[in-house]
Amino acid sequence: MGTVSEARSRQLVEAAGIPVSPWASAGDPDRAVEAARNLGFPVAVKLNGDAVIHKTEGGLVRLGLASPDQVAEAAAQLLAGAGEGTDLLVTQMVAGHRELIAGLVTDERFGPCIMLGLGGVLVEAMADVAFRLAPLGVVDALDLIDDLGAQTLLGPLRGEPALDREATADLLVAIGTMADDPNVVAVDLNPLVVADGRPVAVDALVELSDGAQ
Amino acid sequence: MAPDLRPLFEPKGVVVTGVSAHPGKFGFVALHNLLACGYTGPVFAVGREEGTVLDRPVLASVDAVPDGAAELLVLCTPVAANAEIVRSAAARGVRAVFCAAGGYSEAGPDGAEAEDQLVALADELGIVLAGPNGQGVVSTPVGLCAQIVAPFPTAGRIAVVSQSGNFVSSFLNYANQTGVGISRAVSAGNAAAIGVADYLEWFADDPETEVALCYLEGLADGRGFFERVREVTRRMPVVVVKGGTTAGGQRAAASHTGSLANDDQIFDGMARQAGLVRAANIESAFEAAATFATQPLPAGNRIVVLSTAGGWGVVTADAVTAHRDLDLTPLPADLMATIDKLVPPRWSRNNPVDLAGGETRDTIPAVLEATVAHPAVDAVVQLGLGIQGNTAALTRGGPFHPDHGLGRIVDFHEHQERRYAEAADSASRSHDKPVLVASELAVARPDNPLVQAVRESGRLCYPSADRAVVALGHLVRYADWRRRRP
Repeated sequence: MGTVSEARSRQLVEAAGIPVSPWASAGDPDRAVEAARNLGFPVAVKLNGDAVIHKTEGGLVRLGLASPDQVAEAAAQLLAGAGEGTDLLVTQMVAGHRELIAGLVTDERFGPCIMLGLGGVLVEAMADVAFRLAPLGVVDALDLIDDLGAQTLLGPLRGEPALDREATADLLVAIGTMADDPNVVAVDLNPLVVADGRPVAVDALVELSDGAQ
Repeated sequence: MAPDLRPLFEPKGVVVTGVSAHPGKFGFVALHNLLACGYTGPVFAVGREEGTVLDRPVLASVDAVPDGAAELLVLCTPVAANAEIVRSAAARGVRAVFCAAGGYSEAGPDGAEAEDQLVALADELGIVLAGPNGQGVVSTPVGLCAQIVAPFPTAGRIAVVSQSGNFVSSFLNYANQTGVGISRAVSAGNAAAIGVADYLEWFADDPETEVALCYLEGLADGRGFFERVREVTRRMPVVVVKGGTTAGGQRAAASHTGSLANDDQIFDGMARQAGLVRAANIESAFEAAATFATQPLPAGNRIVVLSTAGGWGVVTADAVTAHRDLDLTPLPADLMATIDKLVPPRWSRNNPVDLAGGETRDTIPAVLEATVAHPAVDAVVQLGLGIQGNTAALTRGGPFHPDHGLGRIVDFHEHQERRYAEAADSASRSHDKPVLVASELAVARPDNPLVQAVRESGRLCYPSADRAVVALGHLVRYADWRRRRP
């Protein structure tokens, strides 16, 4: 089993109908700047490659870059320390106070399972997560959202509207459809930023079974 | 396809093997229990020693059982003997085997091999194989107590299947304690051939069963269990309590989702998706099942708490409010107006309805009826009853009864308690809504006339309001699950 690059992961989750932050690949700093101009500032620039995981922990993500100079500098730095088979991924910054995490995991007894949780840096410590088995219908997806403990965080918050439960349920159903491909072992959408009530994946990680990469 | 378990639960005749004169041996105990609990079919004892046990002739072999006279074989013989016994029994017309004997897969590789062979043999013969290594099977509609442990339960509409035999006994003990009874009960043992899902599917079509109650530890084929049980729950509520929930720790995984997944949370999500009613522990599992067996499903989550006086109403309202599936509904204005006419103005005038001691002879039945009847109320929790009966008990046992007018007042109190219980039952029946009566007297003074009358109405008198609220929460959630999956 192995993880694929964020760019490939994004393609796979987009194909399933999951909203992701607008993005583009770039091979060098100039192209990264061009991509940022097209996407609109501010952007994030990340190192991209099949072997690149835990980007935040590895310092491989530069967030909130507001100018061409900042993008060029970040891009150069990231590429300077990079190994073979890597490039850059430039993506729009999505604004929202709340983060969720969602994904797919293959359980040895129950098979593919969909997870939803409250996200952000405290996700592991809070562990406010809940599961359903794939495939998932809309009714069960809405129940899954109801299972989260911190429901008040899903209501209107700091000038932002309540979480759009229908849009979130559709996203969870879409994650479930990814399990239709038996090569998909795991999916990680972490975080999903809740922007204007609707969750958008700003990072994606797909793990495929051996031989399927 | 689900196997037909009728020969296991309603056999025409039973054979017990391993019967000896020693009253501590499994064969003796199984024979005793079969003869002692009202089973009316023929019972045959098979053992190595000639003579009689419990006044029954001991047959030397199952070959001596008349052809077609017995459908269930209860195996209390050692592993090495059983294959041959099963083959002979099938030839005499036996259709189901309960293998109480241990020494199979739980005992190591040799036992596992013997278990595989026994399963293959049952398959070949086309007979049902329950167990091995189980405590037995119980079926109250036919008075069947084919188990090596106690108790035999009072009859009712809860069907039990357990991956631990001792929890079968626990559930049956609760049935006898509360009076909310059992239809069938089976200890699945090693579940070599017949698993929990097989039993649940059969219970779902069993006219004697209203709800299944299930203790689970491991599920070898979790996905298969899920697929099957979610069809069962569309027809019958299934209450589960899961053991070993802390066993599955976090996993090492490349993804955050993978590292956040643990066995208990995945089981929990599966249970919710499948419409299983997951209880936190053994007693709340029994109480949930007893509630499904004795109360109608509510049409919604709007709860009214009724109390005669004191803090009960307040604390219970807190419990309802804190419960995510329940709504402490605002008291409708017309209901408030009705209650205004029944009691002095010091009553609470909100939900919880606290009559503040203002009731007279007919108030409690009248308030119950008006509240349960109201279209904006889905279920009622009634508290604060039993006080009069408790006072009567003290008076009755004191030195002055029945003089000084005490005979009459004691009779009045006791009569009133019975009226309250009957009013709760009758309001529930006529409006098809759950009405749960809770009082610690259910356990403190089971002889209290309220407690007794609730029990005689066939319902559970909840030992605390909190436990009634937990049970009601299960009822509301399951009803909602069913409604949203027509």
